[in-house]
Amino acid sequence: MSLWRTLRVALAALARNMTRSLLTVLGVIIGVAAVIAMVSIGEGAKARVAATFASMGTNMLTISSGSSQSGGARGGAGSQPTLTWDDLAALRVEVPGVVGASPQLRTNGQLVSETGNWQTSVNGVSTEWFAIRSWTIAQGRTFTESDDAAGRTVVVLGRTVIDNLFGAGVDAVGRTLRINSIPFRVVGVLESKGSSAFGTDNDDTAVIPATTFVRRITGGLQKYVAGSIVVQTADGATTRVKDGIAALLRRRHRLRDDADDDFSVRDLSEIAEAQAASAETITSLLAGVALVSLLVGGIGIMNIMLVSVTERTREIGLRMAVGAKPWHILSQFLVEAMVLSLAGGLLGVAAGIGAARYMAASFGFPLLVRPDIVVLAVAVSAVVGVVFGLYPAQKASRLAPITALRWE
Amino acid sequence: MEESRPVLMEVTRLWKTYGAGDARVHALRDVSLAIRGGEFVAVMGPSGSGKSTLMNILGCLDRPTRGSHRLLGAEVSELSASRLAEVRNRTIGFVFQAYNLLPRTSALANVQLPLLYAGAPRRELRRRAAAALARVGLQARAQHLPSELSGGQQQRVAIARAIVNRPRVILADEPTGNLDTRTSIEILKLFQELGAAGITIVYVTHEPDVARYASRIVVVRDGEIAEDRPQAPAVARPSLEPAS
Repeated sequence: MSLWRTLRVALAALARNMTRSLLTVLGVIIGVAAVIAMVSIGEGAKARVAATFASMGTNMLTISSGSSQSGGARGGAGSQPTLTWDDLAALRVEVPGVVGASPQLRTNGQLVSETGNWQTSVNGVSTEWFAIRSWTIAQGRTFTESDDAAGRTVVVLGRTVIDNLFGAGVDAVGRTLRINSIPFRVVGVLESKGSSAFGTDNDDTAVIPATTFVRRITGGLQKYVAGSIVVQTADGATTRVKDGIAALLRRRHRLRDDADDDFSVRDLSEIAEAQAASAETITSLLAGVALVSLLVGGIGIMNIMLVSVTERTREIGLRMAVGAKPWHILSQFLVEAMVLSLAGGLLGVAAGIGAARYMAASFGFPLLVRPDIVVLAVAVSAVVGVVFGLYPAQKASRLAPITALRWE
Repeated sequence: MEESRPVLMEVTRLWKTYGAGDARVHALRDVSLAIRGGEFVAVMGPSGSGKSTLMNILGCLDRPTRGSHRLLGAEVSELSASRLAEVRNRTIGFVFQAYNLLPRTSALANVQLPLLYAGAPRRELRRRAAAALARVGLQARAQHLPSELSGGQQQRVAIARAIVNRPRVILADEPTGNLDTRTSIEILKLFQELGAAGITIVYVTHEPDVARYASRIVVVRDGEIAEDRPQAPAVARPSLEPAS
């Protein structure tokens, strides 16, 4: 019997048992779609957590000065300035794995334009700061190293500041404003970052060169960095760089071995790692849920295949009585199971990706479909369908035809 | 004249045993029987006598526990399942009490079934199946489903399926068991016509009325042949309108 004829016989048998065929296909669809959708959502959630942390600057260390101590009362971190501009210059060149370092000086300032005024945080930083904190420029440019070296009065503004000083949607590049009565020229606008994890507005900020900040805004403290230092580290080098900086600073500050650090080095990667680990847990959890749904789907397929066995055993008996060889029976049932699995598998992949796309859109996740999971889901369903479609047929084809014909 | 025809099928010292040990039951005990080409045989006996078992072995649907079964001069009791399927396909046509048509499948497609496994070319399938349906008077019902046909019509579809691959013999197990008297006579008339056309027919029945139409009666009792005699067959005359 030709392959073509086997296919026709199998398709005719499927059409004859349309309800059973559709239920089987439905079982495969649900099994496959559930797995694909579940794992995609997990991957999307993980990716969004990773993106959130990348926007906060994952490979970032923050170095703060030590605390002051007077009469037993200790001030907060940074209350006693210990970090010097020379420390900053030294760690840039002496600690391997440091990609960039920037002072981070901060004060509140009153900004005044022709059309409005607004109080915001004014940050004095080096040009490297933008990369360290993962800020990108929406319009204009960042200030340059020569702006910083020369202490030019240029400013890069966050979106919220623009909106309040110049009006929403206004192109402020090239405009002039005053910070504490000193005129500054707007050279760039930061890409909006929205709200931070703590609910503060990331876009409510003004950024000027550190040199300008020291000379024009706050004054004084020539030797010390009146704020913190942020350091960008090479990928995976965060811990090593952290230790290197601590050793360097202890040496430069001439601390004795039994003395406490007069500075602190903190990293975000600890949080980032914890978040990545929890995202991994979410993915495992979802994969577990998906495997259960695959199992349930598989059992559904198995049941529907096995339940029809009585009717099908008589059909097999009749086919054998009129001349079907055991091989004919097996190939017919194999083709039937393959057609059902294939149809269910393809529809399941489509439904799974569709569901993942819908949920990704409604949760604001990126759509991430893992091809290996798609293959796994389809393969498991196909194997279950073929095994439990073929097994009863194989058993029936070994019976004497009269036994199969009289099966009850 | 009958003796001059060649033996078509023959069983010799045939045993069929079910179960094992104390629960052993002998359905057939040392049965020997020869059927010649063109015979029209009724196998009779009470239920449980072993007549159906004998028919199933004659039809290669079941295997004997012991003994010889020859078909067209060749021993078949030792053939593989695949070879037996070929033998059934080419040599034997079956008619069952419950018709055993594929449900939700047209009469024409049901009749085509043996041809599918015979490897007949596609064009032949339709032509020969249509011819077989015409032979049983159902050409107008070719596209009907079994559920749309009466019992007698379904049994005639089954007979068309049995003759479509031009078998040497038709084996029928209680072919009229589910039918009323008038329809039964129509089926028996059809058998007589097929017999007249040269096909050997063996049918099982427990009703003497039905056995009247055969030219030879074999009575099976307790797994043994109790009686084997020729008879003048009654002529089946369906009472009123022609079969349709």
